[in-house]
Amino acid sequence: MTVHNSLILPLVTFHDVGMVVSLLAIAAGLIWLFIRSLKGMEVDRRIIFLFIFAAVAAPLLFPFTFSEKATPVVKALFNKVESLPPGSHVLLSYDFDPAMAPEVQPMANAFTRHCLEKGHKVIYMCLFATGQGQFEETMRDVIAPEFPDKVDGVDYVNLGYKAGNEGVLNVIVTDFEKMFPTDVNTVPYDSIEVFKGIKSCKDLDLIISIGGGRPGIKEWVLFVGDQADVPIATGVAAVVAPQLYPYYPKQLLGLLGGIKGAAEYESELVRNYPRFKDSPTPGLKMMGPQTLAHMVIMSFIVIGNIIFFTQRRRERKS
Amino acid sequence: MKRQVPLFITFFVGTLLILSVFIPPMENLGENFTLFFDIIAVFAFFLGGGNLLRVHFKKLSKKKRDWQYSIVTICGFFFMLAAGLFKIGNPGDIASSVTAEGSLFQTIYTNMFVPLGSTMYALLGFFVASASYRAFRAKNREATILLIAAFIILLGRTPFGTMLTVWIPDSMSIAQIPNLAIWIMNSFNLAGQRAILIGIGLGVVSMSLRLILGVERTYLGDDSA
Repeated sequence: MTVHNSLILPLVTFHDVGMVVSLLAIAAGLIWLFIRSLKGMEVDRRIIFLFIFAAVAAPLLFPFTFSEKATPVVKALFNKVESLPPGSHVLLSYDFDPAMAPEVQPMANAFTRHCLEKGHKVIYMCLFATGQGQFEETMRDVIAPEFPDKVDGVDYVNLGYKAGNEGVLNVIVTDFEKMFPTDVNTVPYDSIEVFKGIKSCKDLDLIISIGGGRPGIKEWVLFVGDQADVPIATGVAAVVAPQLYPYYPKQLLGLLGGIKGAAEYESELVRNYPRFKDSPTPGLKMMGPQTLAHMVIMSFIVIGNIIFFTQRRRERKS
Repeated sequence: MKRQVPLFITFFVGTLLILSVFIPPMENLGENFTLFFDIIAVFAFFLGGGNLLRVHFKKLSKKKRDWQYSIVTICGFFFMLAAGLFKIGNPGDIASSVTAEGSLFQTIYTNMFVPLGSTMYALLGFFVASASYRAFRAKNREATILLIAAFIILLGRTPFGTMLTVWIPDSMSIAQIPNLAIWIMNSFNLAGQRAILIGIGLGVVSMSLRLILGVERTYLGDDSA
């Protein structure tokens, strides 16, 4: 034990020192640029790239996390999953590709964790061909290690991908079996226990679409949510979230936007279920790089404006 | 005749699908048509794959600029196709999922496609930073409003926003930066997005009617209509 402590202690110190040094280096660099900006000197694009690289790399190398509090849009979805009785049917649609995955995969994993912990029956499917591969990430990182007692077909089922975009939704809104006669492992629909008492999307208790592209949440709202009157929620990339506010809170009961949304959901999950304290929380971890990157971008906006006003004043004088 | 038949099919199917939404007994018909659509959609993959090969083989044969990359594309395409079709390394039998853990397809997907895709998307961060430095300048009143809104949203998406305004009492919570960011999203952003959505909706209705009634014929390759 003593040996372990003596090994860990210097590592912790190294992390702290590394973090402080990185932050100081970034701050010093920004101050230098700020002083230059007062003279009206423009900043080269490559310097901006360098700062963004440092702002993202430093918190990844020397991680630091912030405590998050769920905003009402996130809390609404968390409370919905929480309020459903065990055995409720929740559909998770993986409508994203690897490009979006860093932002939305943490949400998908958190939803899975929450639903399986509550004892809900989870149905997985995807409108993106790449969604099936992304589900395997959840399978490997969450279901297999954290819920080894959950059985495929009994507690959850993966229907996989079907081509046709909104066409797929247009069929499953009235009949699942017509579109998915088997699951992804070719098990017939009738022999899958999860589907007992489920004929269509109308029989589901909650649908969560994770993604941000097309087909995605808009199609789920238009073709399923409105028609079948099923509660729908979503977790999307930050860039898409503003477009979905018109649907909240009537057509979308909850909305997670980007890493911040994922971090809020993860923090709420850990707060309510201490069992997940040691589970991976990529959303919370990525808030460090995101926060620092945002601060750097804001600094550059300020610097850019100082340069602009300095140059304009000079032009007027001359 | 070459024009009349496609026009009739469009009119017939379009009208039928609209009716199937409003007349419950016809619901099944609409579903079946959608299934036909889904089956046709699968063939788009064959077309997509064929087109990819055609473009790259052409580039290769004519030794156009950067033709070397086409070799990588074609090899990658066939390699992944083989890994998926023949389920190489799949832990289960031929009926098991193509993405089953341990299969060659999923291994390549996880270790190559996922990092490459994420990297491409992450590069955007650099350009966003550079663009905000150049574009977000208070040149006039409109730009200043945009700048202030962007600043609040950016700050509101970080824990610093909370830290900076945590001292504001709950009775004035709207002035807290995260709440201010939500207010901007829920009011100004919402109004703008809703207007765009309604506009798009009306546009879709009008375009659908034009197609069904045969007024819009550009899909037939006829520009004169």
